[in-house]
Amino acid sequence: MAEMNTGDSGGKHKGGKRSKKVSTRVDMTPMVDLGFLLITFFVLVTTFNKPSAMDLNLPAKDDNKEDKKPEIKASKVVQFVLGTDNKLYHFRGIENIVVDSIDFSSSKSIRSVIEAREKEVIDQWGSRDSMLLFIKPMHASKYKNMVDILDEVNIAQIKRFALVDFSEADSLMLMNAIAGLPLTASSGQ
Amino acid sequence: MPAVKIPRKSTLVDMTAMCDVAFLLLTFFILTSKFRPQEPVQINMPGSRAERKIAEQNIMMLTVSKDGKLFFGVDNQKVRARMLERMMAAYPDVAFTEAQKLKFTTTESFGVPFQMLPALLDGAIKNDESAPGIPVDSTASRYRRNELADWIFAGRVADNELRQLGEIQSEGIAVAVKGDGSTDYPKIKKVMDTLVEKKVNKFNLVTSLKGGDSVASGE
Repeated sequence: MAEMNTGDSGGKHKGGKRSKKVSTRVDMTPMVDLGFLLITFFVLVTTFNKPSAMDLNLPAKDDNKEDKKPEIKASKVVQFVLGTDNKLYHFRGIENIVVDSIDFSSSKSIRSVIEAREKEVIDQWGSRDSMLLFIKPMHASKYKNMVDILDEVNIAQIKRFALVDFSEADSLMLMNAIAGLPLTASSGQ
Repeated sequence: MPAVKIPRKSTLVDMTAMCDVAFLLLTFFILTSKFRPQEPVQINMPGSRAERKIAEQNIMMLTVSKDGKLFFGVDNQKVRARMLERMMAAYPDVAFTEAQKLKFTTTESFGVPFQMLPALLDGAIKNDESAPGIPVDSTASRYRRNELADWIFAGRVADNELRQLGEIQSEGIAVAVKGDGSTDYPKIKKVMDTLVEKKVNKFNLVTSLKGGDSVASGE
């Protein structure tokens, strides 16, 4: 393909010398090859999908101020406790604890749980904004589950939710509930 | 009747135009691309449907590996240099050579206690998953301090000073937590508590984009 034509093939001409006519065409094929090679390289190296960012606002901690916990009706509080092995315990108020093993990968089920709880609150209090969602990850739970729940909460556009520590009282209450014992610990919320 | 003569045409195609296009694209990709930053550990981010992308620049990244080790990094090199100065003032018994300081400005992310940082910059300690991670509570630190809190503070102060000097134009450093999905929650909780303690109440969780319906199209 390389085409560096030298006009004529050096045939004899009679008479005076003629300067050879040299074609100015240069074969571009290798250059194109190189160009595309580099393009491929850059396409592969560049970060294609930038990771997405999920906003999280946590309440400021003020050491000087003894913060008084506002009193909320237990029936407005929906609690999601994240356990081990993708388990989710959810309950409203202090009764009716449901233990769900939720497949966090599909997250359809989380959504249905949130919707069901929302409906309960709306039925009793009339507005969905009166619901307060507590997310309590247990010590043995995984970060992924927390992100999954937060994601679903964002999708459901629940405005009032909080990440709360899983306390001893919660643990006791949950264990009793699972064992079918009467609830002794009253929820302090 | 004489046979019709088909004129012999050259099969050569002029490549100049194609070459132009190739290099135009090449230029475009070079200018728009940003190299993947070198990361000490492989992080399997959890998926979410958050649509907002992570900030382009001036970002403070707290990476939590699968086994709960913390790696810290700031993307702006000027901030990095100044941040190190601040930290050296806070930990006066750790000495750095000029070469180590220079190396620090090119270190994207690191995960060792402060007294081990000179060794890390010399290459004596590997900056990968075998690194011990930055102490997030005072018991793990030789100095009995939450070193992460000090780094966060130093980074934010450095950023603030540089902004006041007009050296960087941005709206302040963004803080992002990038955790592996299988990290135990208490490890992340400690990092979040440290952020709150340092008055960083608003930060991002870095996630990968999960398929399916998005926030906008969700109900």
